[in-house]
Amino acid sequence: MSFNQKHLLELEHLTREEIETILDTARQFKQTFQRSKKKVPTLVGKTVVNLFFENSTRTRTSFEIAAKRLGADVLNFSASTSSLSKGETIIDTARTIEAMGSDVIIVRHSCPGAPHLLAKKVQSSIINAGDGCHEHPTQGLLDIFTMREKKGKIEGLNVAIIGDLSHSRVMRSNVWGLLKLGAKVTLVGPKTLVPRAFEKFGCKICYSLREGIAEADVINLLRIQLERQQQNLFPSIREYKLLYGLNGKSISWARDDVMIMHPGPVNRGVEISQQIADGPLSVINEQVTNGVAIRMAVLFLLSHPSGK
Amino acid sequence: MATILIRGGRVVDPANNFDQTADILIDGETIKAIDGKIGVQADEIIDAAGLLVTPGLIDLQVHLRQPGEEDKETVRTGSYAAAAGGFTSILAMPNTKPPIDTQADVYNIYHIANQRAVVRVYTAAAITAGLQGERITEFGDLVRAGAVAFTDDGMPVMNGEIMRRALEYTSMFNVPVLQHSEDLNLSNGHVMHAGEMSAKLGLPGYPSAAEAVIIARDVELAAMTGGHLHVQHVSAKRSVELIRAAKRRGVYVTAEATPHHLCLTEEAVEGFNTYAKMNPPLRSEEDRQALRDGLRDGTLDLIATDHAPHTEMEKELPFIDAPNGTIGLETAFPSVYTVLVESGVLELNTLIERMTAGPARVMGWEDKGKLFVGGPADVTIIDLNTEREVTSDTFFSRSKNSCFYGHKFKGWPHTTIVAGRIAYAHGAINEKIKSVS
Repeated sequence: MSFNQKHLLELEHLTREEIETILDTARQFKQTFQRSKKKVPTLVGKTVVNLFFENSTRTRTSFEIAAKRLGADVLNFSASTSSLSKGETIIDTARTIEAMGSDVIIVRHSCPGAPHLLAKKVQSSIINAGDGCHEHPTQGLLDIFTMREKKGKIEGLNVAIIGDLSHSRVMRSNVWGLLKLGAKVTLVGPKTLVPRAFEKFGCKICYSLREGIAEADVINLLRIQLERQQQNLFPSIREYKLLYGLNGKSISWARDDVMIMHPGPVNRGVEISQQIADGPLSVINEQVTNGVAIRMAVLFLLSHPSGK
Repeated sequence: MATILIRGGRVVDPANNFDQTADILIDGETIKAIDGKIGVQADEIIDAAGLLVTPGLIDLQVHLRQPGEEDKETVRTGSYAAAAGGFTSILAMPNTKPPIDTQADVYNIYHIANQRAVVRVYTAAAITAGLQGERITEFGDLVRAGAVAFTDDGMPVMNGEIMRRALEYTSMFNVPVLQHSEDLNLSNGHVMHAGEMSAKLGLPGYPSAAEAVIIARDVELAAMTGGHLHVQHVSAKRSVELIRAAKRRGVYVTAEATPHHLCLTEEAVEGFNTYAKMNPPLRSEEDRQALRDGLRDGTLDLIATDHAPHTEMEKELPFIDAPNGTIGLETAFPSVYTVLVESGVLELNTLIERMTAGPARVMGWEDKGKLFVGGPADVTIIDLNTEREVTSDTFFSRSKNSCFYGHKFKGWPHTTIVAGRIAYAHGAINEKIKSVS
């Protein structure tokens, strides 16, 4: 057990050991979910603030439940980016919250690096809950936790990530975590949405869904942003579905025991058909449950250096 | 007027193939003698033993921010930064607020410079009214008022027809058209170079091709019109190759690179460092190498700083919202000297040429960028030995947004003499000297 970070900003710069510490801690917290009294009061007296500059219900709720289970006081602060137009910077906003006594600030912002900026400017621990297209470390951790739980280990696992990879913070956090733990990652999507630099970082890149999922133990689907077609990154949703949609037909190209994941919210009938999303291969709801365990682990470890 | 004797320095003057220990005697605003040993008395004697003596450095791309953004820089503070960086002549960019696009705007800059500046300040004027890229400015009248070049810097001239007419019309007055080469469609929404670092950081990147396609077009237009195309702040390998090929064809094209593009790469953005956010962006190692090759073989005629002051508050915005640019006047010579000359990549003589005779040649300034008896007494004395870390407390610029913090450099300017007057010495600006232009 080793974890001495003050902030959780990204998985890229965590060590394998640190990631495993979070996963192991989350497993312990998950065991408490079966109890009738679910509270593990290790953060009593601490104040956790959800500072969201971008809308999100599921991530904010997940952090809120995690913090409450640990006994912390939780405050939700939805700051519209319009406060910027009034002249207030995000540093001002975070300092204002801190002046009220926060210990942990969970930040979501549309700009990559916004949580990093705050980490330099405030005393509280900062958790990145998604910074633009950069990272979403707790999502990456909960995805890897789910894979490890279901498949036994990450080492040697074949994971295919499919969709709008260029603009995906979920992809980036998955890739860094998975590569550190020894998985083989294949990125699948149209050439206009695949950042080719990731080949150098150790991923395999594939523009054909059929080839990309042939060997996969796990398929992690990303939400396709509908506005990307306006930027001419792909011609239409219809064509996207034809080439990359996971449905009754294309699933037959994958192994029988392939596991289907999606960070949500799901575009039903676009990147994944209703039948697959709700079918036996899907672990989408399990991911949501595991998200609470991961976020409890992260809150606990940041507040108790070295797991003490 | 007073006399100054600079004694015993290593005088390097590439324009005259001169590199030896010599004394320089200045009388009033001109150089009176350059000789191995000058045994006369002078009002001021500068002991330059162990120091480098060069023609006054020239910077063809400086943002002085006046009028409109005086919280970032002014003609006065920018000229102080220039003097501290060893520059004796600087070219102000016209993208002020409002932009310099009329005769009155040009007069205003020279009026302020005459009252406040400690180095020679020249100004460029806009190619298009309001930098809007739609209607060309009154080139003839602006030249008459004192504009020495035309540029919409900060913005490219995207319309090929307007660029064609600008090159054609300005060639009547022998002034260059300075182009910020960027295809705005290809760079739309960008905040850094499209490469490995942007892929990691999830920041939208713009490809080197966005620069190259404009250069390729402009080279054809310069060839067609006979106008003088000067390519500003070249950042990419293909751009260097296009300019090299154009020069071989005999097209009237000249080009520059900045110290930051020569010294740094996209790696400097690691950790969302907004001080390394500039346009054009810091690019790949391959691009940096190509710029160094281009500087060495003369494809790139000169080094210009693109000194771009911004407030600390703006640079503390999230990366996408922070403005582009780094200050550069005070670190220009030390950075390139340390990174390229000390490491053996570039000859000292070449570096000095690209900061003196090179820019003078591009501008057609026949008496600048070299040392000769009877010539203007613009002289820079540089200490090549003392190593110092870049810190904000030595900067004279009103802004402190340097991309070089933490770097240790040698080659710091020791004394800067402009028109026979000491503008900078011993770490201080001589505020009493005015009206040098």
